[in-house]
Amino acid sequence: MLCKQGKLEIYAVHPGNEFLTKTLKYNTMKYKSLIINNPEDLMFGIAPKPVKTRRGLEIGGGQVYAELNFTLPIMSINDSTLPQVYEHYREIAEGALERALDLNSKGVVLELETLLEMTKTPQIGIEIVKIMNEICEKYYQKHGLASEIRLTPNDLREFERPAKQRTSQYLEPMMELFEKGMIAGGDLLSIESTGGKEVSDDALMNCDIKTIVFALAVLGVRDMQFLWKKIVSLANQHGKIAAGDSACGFANTAMVLAEKKYIPRVFAALVRIISVVRSIVAMEEGAVGPDKDCGYEGPFLKAITGIPISMEGKTAACAHLSPIGNIASACCDLWSNESVQNIKLLSGMAPTAYMEQLEYDARLMNQALIAGTVPSHILQQLLVASDVYTDPQALILSPENVIRISKELIKGDSYVANARNGALAAIDIIEEALASGKMKLSEMETSYLPLLREDLESIPDNESEFIEMMLPVLDQSKFIMAEYGL
Amino acid sequence: MNEILEKLLEAVEFGKVDQKSPYPPQLRGLDGALELTVKAIETGIEPQQILESALVPAMDRVGKKFSENKIFVPQMLMSARAMGASMLQLKPFFTSGEIKTKGTFIIGTVKGDLHDIGKNLVAMMVEGAGWTVVDLGVDVPSARYIEAVNNNPGAVVALSALLTTTMVNMGEIVSDIKANLPSTKVFIGGAPVNNDFCQKIGADFYAPDPQGVVEHLSKLAS
Repeated sequence: MLCKQGKLEIYAVHPGNEFLTKTLKYNTMKYKSLIINNPEDLMFGIAPKPVKTRRGLEIGGGQVYAELNFTLPIMSINDSTLPQVYEHYREIAEGALERALDLNSKGVVLELETLLEMTKTPQIGIEIVKIMNEICEKYYQKHGLASEIRLTPNDLREFERPAKQRTSQYLEPMMELFEKGMIAGGDLLSIESTGGKEVSDDALMNCDIKTIVFALAVLGVRDMQFLWKKIVSLANQHGKIAAGDSACGFANTAMVLAEKKYIPRVFAALVRIISVVRSIVAMEEGAVGPDKDCGYEGPFLKAITGIPISMEGKTAACAHLSPIGNIASACCDLWSNESVQNIKLLSGMAPTAYMEQLEYDARLMNQALIAGTVPSHILQQLLVASDVYTDPQALILSPENVIRISKELIKGDSYVANARNGALAAIDIIEEALASGKMKLSEMETSYLPLLREDLESIPDNESEFIEMMLPVLDQSKFIMAEYGL
Repeated sequence: MNEILEKLLEAVEFGKVDQKSPYPPQLRGLDGALELTVKAIETGIEPQQILESALVPAMDRVGKKFSENKIFVPQMLMSARAMGASMLQLKPFFTSGEIKTKGTFIIGTVKGDLHDIGKNLVAMMVEGAGWTVVDLGVDVPSARYIEAVNNNPGAVVALSALLTTTMVNMGEIVSDIKANLPSTKVFIGGAPVNNDFCQKIGADFYAPDPQGVVEHLSKLAS
């Protein structure tokens, strides 16, 4: 029924079975080798393909910058509160940049991750970008402080169930916000896109690893291809930077659920690995980084593609807890806080306080870089060693394991095979750490490892075979195949 | 306790849906909740007793184990599936009124919010505790909660939210429900809310986890 010819998989087609022909052009992953092969070269502040920005940041060009993310305090967004909404963002940007200036910052990224109302009515999001950009420009002109805005519209399409990934009424306002927002001063473009989330949510709660592979490596990949073509095209048209996507709605949901003890940590670690083949599609379509902070798949993307990445760890405790507070910074190029509400703390407004925390972390990493290769590696080793054996999700993020797993993530042709290979490598690494006695996990956790391995090993290399295997067991009322080009 | 009911309790507690089900390994090949429920009915055990002596205690054990971090959600979901298989066999007795549930529990994620993982867990646990659950889904405005209570007089309502920008909608919904149906008990839950917020918006109860909801409902029902 299916035959393989050379590297590009070509399939004989069942009469009337259209999806097999459509899968043809998308089932081969572009990346076949690593840009960073050596764990020692996976270092904070240094990326093989740094990104230069309008106001002079060189992200990944030898130093780490702070990336501050923030949100509104508890309030509604409506016509009557809009002046307060705008004032909040003005206050946040002004407070953060003033503090960065006082701390002799070398540069800052401010991320505007829009809320529902700001994307649904793009004019709101655009106005906020304008306000923030004016402040960035003021600090640049007056004080020489370089800052850029990462514009991250929220993916409105998840408001329809089953999701209409390609025909949604919400695509238009999202893309309008991307385009007009970048013109207004949003130079780095990102999104936490949600293709496949309607399938993955239940799979997470059931620890169903095969359905996770389907959600991310089949549906997610296709949606990323669809969406990032558009984003890259707009960015190129306006001379802006298509930065990258985050599998936040998948792998971070898994991490947070594991932190709440709802699902095993070993499972959450595997979801992170599987998310790589989905998020890398942004780069395949032309995104250049810096990848988004909450995408903890970033180190793998950096190793495979050479792009700079943003990461978050202990500084993101304001938004969610995590087991990777230090190790997350091991190879970051931007260091972020995920999101903090604009509320008053004893020291000042929370975003200003977080700006300071991020700056001090960045300053330490930059001092190590200035001191040379040996001090940088010592600092990195300490960041890694303090977390690595405390949790499987930390374990997979050590530079050695990132490189080892990344090699598996590019070994096959299909996204499905690569997701499976990467996850199996992660299981090997976890089992080795357990066998060596360096990592300890409860029986509740370890009992999942053989089950997960068995499920992963049953996944075929061939994507079409995998789709055929999965369709009968999936609840097809939850997703629309055609919305993924299937 | 009757041997069939004991086995049914065990099947539901450990998530054995039917005989074919390979999970859990220690019960492989044995009858699951489906077969045991059929046997119990055929043996003449009262349907209400099947519910109260086997299914509800099984889910109570599951809820407690989950609260004590002794099992993960997937195991809890397997138990819920096993209970579902049993409930399917009992459905005619619910329809005829031969089995009475403890009451009706209406739940939904408030308007503007799509997060439903927590809501689904609560719905599952409450159903397992012997309540009829009406799940309104996500992005639910006041009118739909009110309509659901009108269709199920005396029902308890639960609102869920995950975002700081949507939790504010809870206040409006609670006001609307209380204005239209003053005697309705309204529960709230979700990551950004707490007991202070619950009191501030005039809701009746806040629970930080599904088991808390179940326990408070039990008090209401007793």
